[in-house]
Amino acid sequence: MATKASAEGTEQSGGGEIRRRDFLNVAAVSFAGVGTVAALVPLVVQMSPSADVLALSTTEVDISKVQPGQGIKVSWRKQPVFVRNLTSKEIAEANAVPVSSLRDPQTLAQRTQPGKTNWLITLGVCTHLGCVPLGIGEGENKGPYGGYFCPCHGSMYDTAARIRQGPAPKNLEVPEYKFTSPTTVQIG
Amino acid sequence: MSFSWAKPYEPTTPFMKWLDERLPLPRLVYGATGPGYPVPRNLNAWWNFGVLSAIFLGIQIVTGIVLAMHYYATGDGAFNSVNQLIMRDVNGGWFLRYAHMNGASFFFIVVYIHIFRGLFYGSYKAPRELVWMLGLVIYLLMMATAFMGYVLPWGQMSYWGAQVITGFFSAFPVVGDPIRIWLLGGYAPDQAALTRFFSLHYLLPFVIAGVVILHIWALHIPGSGNPTGVDVKSEKDTLPFHPFYTAKDGWFAAFFLLLYALVTFFVPNYLGHPDNYIPANPLATPAHIVPEWYFWPFYAILRSFTLDFILPAKLWGVLAMFSSILLLFFLPWLDKSPVRSGSYRPIFKRFFWLLVLDVLILGFVGGAPISPFRTALGQIAAAYYFLHFLVILPLIVKYETPLPLPDSISSSVLHGEAAEAAPAGQTTKRRGSSAVAVAR
Repeated sequence: MATKASAEGTEQSGGGEIRRRDFLNVAAVSFAGVGTVAALVPLVVQMSPSADVLALSTTEVDISKVQPGQGIKVSWRKQPVFVRNLTSKEIAEANAVPVSSLRDPQTLAQRTQPGKTNWLITLGVCTHLGCVPLGIGEGENKGPYGGYFCPCHGSMYDTAARIRQGPAPKNLEVPEYKFTSPTTVQIG
Repeated sequence: MSFSWAKPYEPTTPFMKWLDERLPLPRLVYGATGPGYPVPRNLNAWWNFGVLSAIFLGIQIVTGIVLAMHYYATGDGAFNSVNQLIMRDVNGGWFLRYAHMNGASFFFIVVYIHIFRGLFYGSYKAPRELVWMLGLVIYLLMMATAFMGYVLPWGQMSYWGAQVITGFFSAFPVVGDPIRIWLLGGYAPDQAALTRFFSLHYLLPFVIAGVVILHIWALHIPGSGNPTGVDVKSEKDTLPFHPFYTAKDGWFAAFFLLLYALVTFFVPNYLGHPDNYIPANPLATPAHIVPEWYFWPFYAILRSFTLDFILPAKLWGVLAMFSSILLLFFLPWLDKSPVRSGSYRPIFKRFFWLLVLDVLILGFVGGAPISPFRTALGQIAAAYYFLHFLVILPLIVKYETPLPLPDSISSSVLHGEAAEAAPAGQTTKRRGSSAVAVAR
């Protein structure tokens, strides 16, 4: 009882000063708050790509059998990647387009690697809503610009896989890749 | 409850008395859906759809729980667990699966009717704003649940639906792609996405059930609305929920369950899409991606932006689609007319039916393949949708003279029915003896 009385006494004494109990309250609630937020972190980060998903983030592709004018579709991070061997006519067509007229201005050279301008490597994921465009397989509709045509909402890409017409906002994305040998590409 | 004449709960047996003093659950039920809840006596058929929605939520939860006993949430196993195991091997599995599939569609049918009932009769107006807003929360949760459920069979439409819908998030600059990758747990829909969709698809219906309880709670503070929009004034205006409305709801439930059974047994795939019977293939997109029918109007709004204007067209589409629902949260303050019921609002009534037509057109455009004509039609319809809520509704109040309201609910239904049933100002047929009753 004596301690309680003295505690009440100190509480009442302070007019504008911080009471001991206020400090304890703020400290305890802050501590619990920080602890709760810290406990939320694992609940949020568990949603991010897990180690096994990230482990698939590079893919080696053998391109020795892809002739000019042909292309292959490979899977990287569970997404399609278009590897296309451009003909000199397709390269000339891509270079003939004035860059300033494009929605997402890029030259073919910026979208390929030096000395390997004929190898156009892009994600096969339409930048509109993620459909797989047609045009990489033999006999598929390449669209009016000779590149790719997305059947979902009619986006049309040219021979450098740049957006030319339709709702897509960007060119087909060029992933990170390097030539590990003249006939092998490592994507990712 | 709100009305003083509500019948109080009186436990009859000693056990019920004992229980009532310790856990008054029967008292709660009695007051909420029993004789203890007075309801306006003039409710028409459109007022059955709240209870019907609850019935379909129940059906979805029950069929869903048993389907989950046989479903594998794995990229390799999901398609076969649905189409081989459940559809062919599990006893009665085909029925449970079709019942669940079509139950979702019927849930949306009755909820859409329920929403449009609210729009016509001004159910969103004071003092029921929170009832309306909680209803919208339920609707948003339903859309999320339905979308994730559609992904689970892991067919082509499941997969590409997941791809397109999570693609909405990538429309937002800078944060969009990281959010999308976080939501999917990968760079494209895969095992991680499937498992978390299954987990959430199981969780959300129970969240919906919780919000339904809040929705009913908020409704029972002022009590149910009614087709005249006039407040309840006396005991003569109401009937106890049980047995009157339990009987009426029961009749309608039987009628709707019959329709549901017809579809489930005879045309179970009519509302679905054949492409979803092809296993998911991340390397090939179906030629024509459409969501389920209940998302078509919103899909049409999404697709109606084709030109970049300051922001990319894709971002406009996503923003417009989200705001088409979010703006409904502001409806109680956009429509300021003090008259609730559309029956007494001659101008509002016409624009209401135009809105219904507009949403049907959006639905048609959203479900059909793209063509220049349909895109233009969708753009006009999408623009009109926003025009209706943001311009027309606030303006109607200024130009409209509402018809005279009945004095009370009971006078509109009990005395001079003919005179009150047809809004004043319109000539009513007066035949023989009824003319005496009409001339109040």
